[in-house]
Amino acid sequence: MDKEVVIKAENIVKKFGDRTVLNGINLEIYRGETFVIMGGSGCGKSTFLRHLIGALKPDSGRVSLLGKDLSGLSEDALDAVKKKIGMSFQSSALFDSMTVGDNVALPLKEHAKLERSVIDIVVKMKLELVGLRGFEDLMPSQLSGGMRKRVGLARAIVMDPEIVFYDEPTAGLDPIVSGVIDKLILDLSKKLAITSVVVTHDMKSVFSIADRIAMLYEGSVLQVGTPDEIRKSDNQMVKQFVSGSPDGPIKFFQQKDDYLEQLMK
Amino acid sequence: MNFVERMGGGVIRAGQQAKSMLALFFDTLYWLVVGPFKNKFVKSDSIFSQMVFAGVGSFIIAAFVSFFTGIVIAMQSAYQLSRFGANIYVAPMVAVGLARELAPVLTALVVAGRVGAAIAAELGTMKVTEQIEALETMALNPIRFLVVPRFLALLIMLPCLTVMADMIGIFGGFLVGVFNLHLDPYRYITFSFKFMQWKDVYTGLVKSVVFGITISMVGCYTGLKTQGGAEGVGKSTTLSVVTSFILIILFDCLLTGLFYFTQK
Repeated sequence: MDKEVVIKAENIVKKFGDRTVLNGINLEIYRGETFVIMGGSGCGKSTFLRHLIGALKPDSGRVSLLGKDLSGLSEDALDAVKKKIGMSFQSSALFDSMTVGDNVALPLKEHAKLERSVIDIVVKMKLELVGLRGFEDLMPSQLSGGMRKRVGLARAIVMDPEIVFYDEPTAGLDPIVSGVIDKLILDLSKKLAITSVVVTHDMKSVFSIADRIAMLYEGSVLQVGTPDEIRKSDNQMVKQFVSGSPDGPIKFFQQKDDYLEQLMK
Repeated sequence: MNFVERMGGGVIRAGQQAKSMLALFFDTLYWLVVGPFKNKFVKSDSIFSQMVFAGVGSFIIAAFVSFFTGIVIAMQSAYQLSRFGANIYVAPMVAVGLARELAPVLTALVVAGRVGAAIAAELGTMKVTEQIEALETMALNPIRFLVVPRFLALLIMLPCLTVMADMIGIFGGFLVGVFNLHLDPYRYITFSFKFMQWKDVYTGLVKSVVFGITISMVGCYTGLKTQGGAEGVGKSTTLSVVTSFILIILFDCLLTGLFYFTQK
């Protein structure tokens, strides 16, 4: 069976000032898979994610989402594509001024011609999916970090998207909540056939959810493969990242040589 | 970098800021005028809640400022006018001064400090906590969703506040005139309206409309441009108030000049 490509990134280059953040990334993501983008802090993975959702425009290269080239789209057409995707943010990005229920309901209220009572039911269903039914009337500030993440997730899937993007879904959460979120991502992929794109550097969650993994380093893709292929990789950098070893080709100390010089200045 | 270079750089940066702020203004007008035709209305309840916050919420402090300003102008002008035995001219002095100049400007400054700062802080916080980005990912335009309601609220409420400030300030002057200068209350009022023309009121209102646009655009612009966490939000809030103050005084001068030379 041929796999349908839902996201295609071709030679994405992005510079911020003099610094090249993305240096020619090529990736294809297939329908229904859970695709993990991993890499160290500052390797450009969040920036890359923002290119995939059309929030940033590449300096050169093209992003196609659900068969549409994002660079050539009018604002209305881009909005139409955006309605088919959901995004869960690192800081959950809930609207502080609205209740949990209103946060989740917002995309529906704005984009779907539905009765208020129908919207309420959908909101309850989505909150049930993330295990937070009954929390509709609380404000986001009354929730813990993990609960906020889950509300953000409920909001991301409220429009029944075809693709859901997750920016560090388990960062800063305790192991149990991380496990719950990982299970949620898997459930959504398997039960609703949603394509999931997850940016993370949490190794435990990478290997428990990924169908395929891409390892990013300094704005380029080092390797793409299944979890087994990544685990058995010959690439020294990938090996080092997976094992979390401080010694290896990826240097933590960028300016080791002139350390003494700087001290003595 | 020498002094001239730094000055030049500053001017260029200010020019760029002005340009992007104008762009925001035109985007706002676009969503206000064209949005409804594309079936993308601005939510009436969010306009209403912004009007309550910007207008009703600012009433007490605007009234306070205007009341005491009225008293002060009455006393200061009485100090001069009493030498000529022309105390009754305190009445038009207060009325015209407030309507043309002081009520619009002082109300705008109060609102810039209270509402403009709040707008910048709120949108700035939304920016640094990814909420603006979240709106965009949901295909909700932040300008339609956040800027237009605040723009409309100030556009409508600032002139309303100014009219009330006119009346309250005149009342403050009236108290001084009647109880301190012992002027006849009836004569005070007829004298006020004899000299205060319709023109004085509407030029003041034109000013307050311009100030309302300025405050909302500066607040939204600095808020949406916020970068760098809590410190960035603080900087944006300060920048919004300072910029609003400068622009209000600048536009006041320009508009006063315009009315002075065109409507003698």
